[in-house]
Amino acid sequence: MASSSHNLAAPGTPGRVCGTTGLHVCLDAQRFIKLNAVVGIVFLLLGGIAALGLALTRWQTVHLLPAEWFYRILTFHGLNMLIFWILFFEIAILYFACTTPLNARLYSRKIAWVSFLMMLVGAVMTDTVIIGGKADVMMTSYLPLLAHPGFYLGIILVAVGTLIGVFNFFATLYVAKRDGAYTGSVPIVTFGATAAAIIAVVTLLHGAIVMIPTFTYSMGWTSQPDPEWYRLIWWGLGHQSQQVNVCAMVSVWYLLSHIVLGARPINEAVCRTAFVLYILFINLASAHHLLVDPGVGATWKIWNTSYAMYLAVLASMIHGFTVPAGVEIAMREKGYTSGIFGWVTALPWRNPAFSATVLSVVIFGFLGGITGVTLGTQQINIIAHNTLRIPGHFHVTVVGGTTLAFMGLAYYVVPLIFQRDFIGRGWARAQPWIFGGGITMLSLGMSFAGSMGVSRRSWDIDAQGVYGPAAHLWLGVLGIGGVLAFTGLLIFALLCVGTLFFGAKIQDRAMTDWGTPPALAGSQAGSLAHDHYATKGTMALSLVFLACFAIYYFANWKALADVWPVR
Amino acid sequence: MNQKPKTHPWQKLLDNPWLLLVLGVVIPFLSYTVWGWVELALTKPDLLP
Repeated sequence: MASSSHNLAAPGTPGRVCGTTGLHVCLDAQRFIKLNAVVGIVFLLLGGIAALGLALTRWQTVHLLPAEWFYRILTFHGLNMLIFWILFFEIAILYFACTTPLNARLYSRKIAWVSFLMMLVGAVMTDTVIIGGKADVMMTSYLPLLAHPGFYLGIILVAVGTLIGVFNFFATLYVAKRDGAYTGSVPIVTFGATAAAIIAVVTLLHGAIVMIPTFTYSMGWTSQPDPEWYRLIWWGLGHQSQQVNVCAMVSVWYLLSHIVLGARPINEAVCRTAFVLYILFINLASAHHLLVDPGVGATWKIWNTSYAMYLAVLASMIHGFTVPAGVEIAMREKGYTSGIFGWVTALPWRNPAFSATVLSVVIFGFLGGITGVTLGTQQINIIAHNTLRIPGHFHVTVVGGTTLAFMGLAYYVVPLIFQRDFIGRGWARAQPWIFGGGITMLSLGMSFAGSMGVSRRSWDIDAQGVYGPAAHLWLGVLGIGGVLAFTGLLIFALLCVGTLFFGAKIQDRAMTDWGTPPALAGSQAGSLAHDHYATKGTMALSLVFLACFAIYYFANWKALADVWPVR
Repeated sequence: MNQKPKTHPWQKLLDNPWLLLVLGVVIPFLSYTVWGWVELALTKPDLLP
């Protein structure tokens, strides 16, 4: 007889024991992790193909797409990459985080089906309308640009479907606690996923507030919403959805560094507090997009993008320290103690999950974080708004950070959930480096071209005749980076899909290890728990980061000062 | 007599996803959405010279 308890360890509860981790796995959660992850990767591939077309068009020498298709594909790319791929994969992460680490069963299979089908129908509807040429409005769909009603309806379905999935997550948390599936605090990966789910609620509520009246307007039932109001509320969806990514990505950092090396947060309370700072303040980053809008005042702009937002930036800097610090302590406790950076050379660089994690931390922190804070400063924003510097920033946060971290997670999720070993393991080891290298080149190309004034969302810059060879050179770097990143993405998608069909079945044995450094003789786990100098390598790296931050920030103030030379 | 160890109020907050959910919805709505919405509502249409 099936158990009514949501505790996975209760007799009669449908589940299995993982042959690698020894953890209980809820079969319902496993099914929906599979479905959401696979569909997410399909949308990633679609968005990636679109990205290749865009990169080869912005590379002015190639200029691949005609104008009409450039804006159509830009719309398609934005929605598939920033909304569909990310939301499907995040729902997979939420279902994992609320079941296996808590020893709990998914609250409701029916709700999970409703959520999944609504999201799928909505995403397919939106993509069909875009490719049909009835929604060339780009991702933001700023009014008075108007798309076919199916475009808005599709997004509403995706948003409501995701919200239902988030409800399933919270309901699982509730019944897990009620049925005693776990005691004490939830693990940090679940805590981070909870933060992501909370931000998702705010995000999706904004989506509903803005999309429903726009949909009724597109149907001719109501009058046009105010464009300024539309932008305010839309960015409560558009930017906040990326903050869901940040929380999910940081959770993945903690999870993968623990899986690969046994690393633990150096201070649980501080790490969780950093997630709380995200919950309370990171949503305010949406205000960056309105820094040149006349309808909202300077006080609103400066409060939301600077004072309050810096508390969320503090949270990112805390995570950016504690994740590598946890890794350093784990390595030193394994016996890799030589010098300040001796532990770095012994890290498992050929493990694709680990290399993806490290690249994600570095690309997100050094490139995405520094540029984000700088561009979010109201005064500096005036020389960067709507230039290619903006996509140069968010491609290293959302793609170089989040997508790369999610790819790293897939190198464990696919074997553990689909129970098949990866095919093409040599390609897998190279993939994060190809993708990370490509997206870094792409971002640098965008950022430097943007610094020369090249605008974003512009099909042709030559018509203006004001950009010299340097700008064209950086657009070439953008194009080559885009091709490289797409190659990395294609390898990833082919390896994942190929593994589902051709990977060796694991069944009850452990998955084939990607590689972890062995503990050396005489080492002892937990031996450095109270050693305040055990993270000296991470501290040195943090100082390098702060120096880069300061130099970039002041260079931008200098660039701003040059706009108004006083002689 | 067994006494349960006292839990710090901050730890209680960290262990309460429902309170975090309420705070996480209310604070951004007030700071970004409501405040911004009010500013837009109070903006008077400008007249052409």
